[in-house]
Amino acid sequence: MSADVIKIGGKASRFLDKVKGILPDNGNLDLCLTCGMCSSGCPATGLAGLDPRKFLRMAVLGLDDEILKTKWAWMCTMCQRCIYVCPMKIDIPQLIFNVRNAWPRAERPKGILGSCDFALKTEGCSAMGATSEDFDFVVNDVLEEYQEAQPEFKDMQAPIDKQGAEFFLNQNSREPVTEPDEMVPLWKILHLAGVSWTYGSKGWGGENYCLFLADNDGWKHIVQTATDQTHQLGCRTYLNTE
Amino acid sequence: MKVKFTVQDPCQIVRKSYGDPIAEDLRFVVKSVVGEENFVDMAPNRSNNYCCGGGGGFLQSGHYEERRLYGRLKDEQIKATGADYCIAGCHNCHAQIHDLSEHYKGHYGVVHLWTLLCLSLGILGPNEREYLKDDLKDVRVFHPESAM
Repeated sequence: MSADVIKIGGKASRFLDKVKGILPDNGNLDLCLTCGMCSSGCPATGLAGLDPRKFLRMAVLGLDDEILKTKWAWMCTMCQRCIYVCPMKIDIPQLIFNVRNAWPRAERPKGILGSCDFALKTEGCSAMGATSEDFDFVVNDVLEEYQEAQPEFKDMQAPIDKQGAEFFLNQNSREPVTEPDEMVPLWKILHLAGVSWTYGSKGWGGENYCLFLADNDGWKHIVQTATDQTHQLGCRTYLNTE
Repeated sequence: MKVKFTVQDPCQIVRKSYGDPIAEDLRFVVKSVVGEENFVDMAPNRSNNYCCGGGGGFLQSGHYEERRLYGRLKDEQIKATGADYCIAGCHNCHAQIHDLSEHYKGHYGVVHLWTLLCLSLGILGPNEREYLKDDLKDVRVFHPESAM
């Protein structure tokens, strides 16, 4: 017998209730068979002394305070492999998202927080804080350089806000900010394929750290900015390179 | 040249969005580019693949040690294929696996798919080869005179 018996209070778990509310197909978290398929195939198993099964049991037992003391929710990548192998299709990543959301915003990991805030401050929604003016400059500077150095591609384009393009293409900030030449291979492929595409002056950033931060308003703002611009330009398809 | 490649199935594109059919599309493109005989799959793969540990904001979370422990499984999977390169079609995967290759000293390359597409088409210039190793750095260079 263990000396430390866990006392279960009568209060309902906030996390459990939240996740129950969004389960599809009349799913039920109580259906967890504790088989361990989730944990045995989870790369985060063992980090911070936890694994998906333990984490779910904590929620089922209403141990909300203990859940908020561990940083494990920031070590799960919400990759959904646990759902894929779960015989009852229990959505542990959604539980993780709600736990992240329950952290006071300012106490969430600084790097993720900073990237989200940069995106919210720039009209391009760039997690690295690149302005649309700088983005425009870099894209056109690199394009001109390649049109000249590689004459086979003298007609290649990398348009920003081209009305009526078929595809709205987003762009991870990493390339324009730190390695602009890496943007070119994709431009070449699109050019050779005869694809009509455009970047946008608004919502061009491909990354969405507000999603990872579990900042619902910020996440929505970024998605909204990109989709509004896509509609504005009359593009039929939003092409996500992330 | 006998250069071998494996591919990371991005969780977001495969398991979380389009499932196994797009993993097949990815393999069709990869095999067309590198040659079927030069492609080795990791195990497990497709929708059953392990996340590399670059997703969900882990790269920016500040938990470096845990992120690399998480990624050890991916690193071992890649090493087991014996591949010289891991193709990563996702930015987060690319950054994470590149870090794993250095940290766990596997020294396999980590390349974007667009790099290999352009290399196979003979249109990859000298300044677009940041992620190619010595074995491919000088292969079929497009306009070598434009090297910076």
